[in-house]
Amino acid sequence: MAKCKAFYQRYKRLVWAAAAAAVLAFPLLFPQESVMTIAVRVLIYMILASGLNIANGYIGLFNIGSAGFMCIGAYAAALLSTRLGMSFVPTLLLSVALTAGVGALLAFPTSRFAGFYFSITTMGFSEIVRLTALNWVSLTRGSNGIHSIPKPSILGFTLQTSTHYYYMILLILLLVLFCIRRILRSRVGRAWLSIRENPDAARSLGVPITLYKSLNFMVMGLILGLGGCLMAYYYRYISPEMFQIDNGHQVLAMVNLGGLGSIAGPLMGAAILSVCMEALRTMAEYRMIVYALIVLAMMWLRPQGIVGATNTVMVQRRMAKPAKKGRQQKVRGGV
Amino acid sequence: MTILESRGLCRYFGGLKAVDQIDMQVQEGEVFGIIGPNGAGKTTFFNVCSGTYTATKGEVWFNGQNITDRRPEEVARIGMARTFQNLKLFSYMTVEENVAVGFHIQTKTNLLDAICHTPRYRRDEAFIKENTADILERLGLSDVRHELAGKLSYGTQRKVEIARAMALRPKLLLLDEPAAGMNPLETQSLMEFVQMLNAQGYTIVVIEHDMKFIMNLCHRILVMNYGKKICEGLPDEIRNNSEVQEAYLGKGLDFMKEGGLFA
Repeated sequence: MAKCKAFYQRYKRLVWAAAAAAVLAFPLLFPQESVMTIAVRVLIYMILASGLNIANGYIGLFNIGSAGFMCIGAYAAALLSTRLGMSFVPTLLLSVALTAGVGALLAFPTSRFAGFYFSITTMGFSEIVRLTALNWVSLTRGSNGIHSIPKPSILGFTLQTSTHYYYMILLILLLVLFCIRRILRSRVGRAWLSIRENPDAARSLGVPITLYKSLNFMVMGLILGLGGCLMAYYYRYISPEMFQIDNGHQVLAMVNLGGLGSIAGPLMGAAILSVCMEALRTMAEYRMIVYALIVLAMMWLRPQGIVGATNTVMVQRRMAKPAKKGRQQKVRGGV
Repeated sequence: MTILESRGLCRYFGGLKAVDQIDMQVQEGEVFGIIGPNGAGKTTFFNVCSGTYTATKGEVWFNGQNITDRRPEEVARIGMARTFQNLKLFSYMTVEENVAVGFHIQTKTNLLDAICHTPRYRRDEAFIKENTADILERLGLSDVRHELAGKLSYGTQRKVEIARAMALRPKLLLLDEPAAGMNPLETQSLMEFVQMLNAQGYTIVVIEHDMKFIMNLCHRILVMNYGKKICEGLPDEIRNNSEVQEAYLGKGLDFMKEGGLFA
């Protein structure tokens, strides 16, 4: 890992240029629809994982109900575009604003919970949302789902192939990452991290915790809703089944696998797990066993995640040497 | 002028009277010490004053305002900063970032400012950078500013906590056992530092076990035992007070007093 880092530090520009070229040229090298479908899915999961990481990684509240936010975003997009015939951009903005609002409001009833209690509440939230979508038949058509969501069109250009989606979602992902990075390097990001590290100390320095939790959930809800919205537009069909608690766990596994509390971690986790799942598709239901094994092995061997091992966790390793290595209780990554 | 005052302050945990009827007045510009044996209720008293715990009875007044049961973030906002007995640093943030959080109240950047890098963001960041460097310089922490706080030695971590509290630019600084875990040399330099802060106009309330530290540093001292105030006064008065000696050393047997062993 240290070698990788040294290499990166040395050839920083080169590494970035190569990565940019690879990402941009990918559709040209693999124009097959089957490959592009997977690539688009990876990008959507990257957005979702980055969103979940906002709460789980930066403010230290373990949200396991991300499916609920995805569900709200997806249904808002589907309903606005099919029922009201709204076009892509306003639909996107409205549904994202809705999930952001829900996120901000969710912080208030949960502000007194910590640890597992908080996690259970988010799980409940997620299920409430799904059951509402399932049972409010007059609005959502229940388990039949909503189909024939129109293809998005921006300034008169209608997205047709997966390649078009690929570039659009890539652009949105980059925008999301840019914003996250800037927020983290500001007063707001520092307030989040201080709450993660020690809420009592944060309060004694005048950081109003509930307000910042609410702000954090707002951003998390916004990004998760964005992911859900893009899912609706890409699959062009949604049903409550797609937003079961397990789908939320998938995103959670990506964040944990890649490394909590780092920008690159969730991206890495999303890429690895989505590709694994596709590769194992022939195994049908048994692939969930492989999936579980990957997550378990990861928790055992490298609890800080793949990318979590930036400065912070390396340091932690050194500090925790007398104990058995790799079994630290607290796992945190860098910014 | 009185800056911090407690009037008949009580904090009970069930039947345990952790703080019982404490009256205290801290004058502006002084270094005020609180001592007492372990479990005397000193830290609980601090926690009630700074809003971490609510009071069972009594009132706390700060700078002419009744701050009883205000939340810690509100208390911080009106100018009271504190450190913690069992360090509460942001371990996975650098020393610089730890101090930067201390400027939270004095800056105003919001989400949009941060994303768009508005003039307000740039102004705030420049302000934080400059003042953080200044505080770290004064505490001799400049060399470790990019280190993770959790990685530092215990004595240095204590200093980081003080640096963080100073970033609030408080009117009153509450230090809870600042010299714990420091060697005599570090304690000495800490004492000089606190004296320097006091000379610069900070009012300081300090809890400490190190008698030499307290006696040399404080203008006035309050002694607690079993949640109650035993006495309050100048260091020399405290030193010669029989009740204080009793609390720390125990009561002699009668025959000893009459000239047995100590005669």
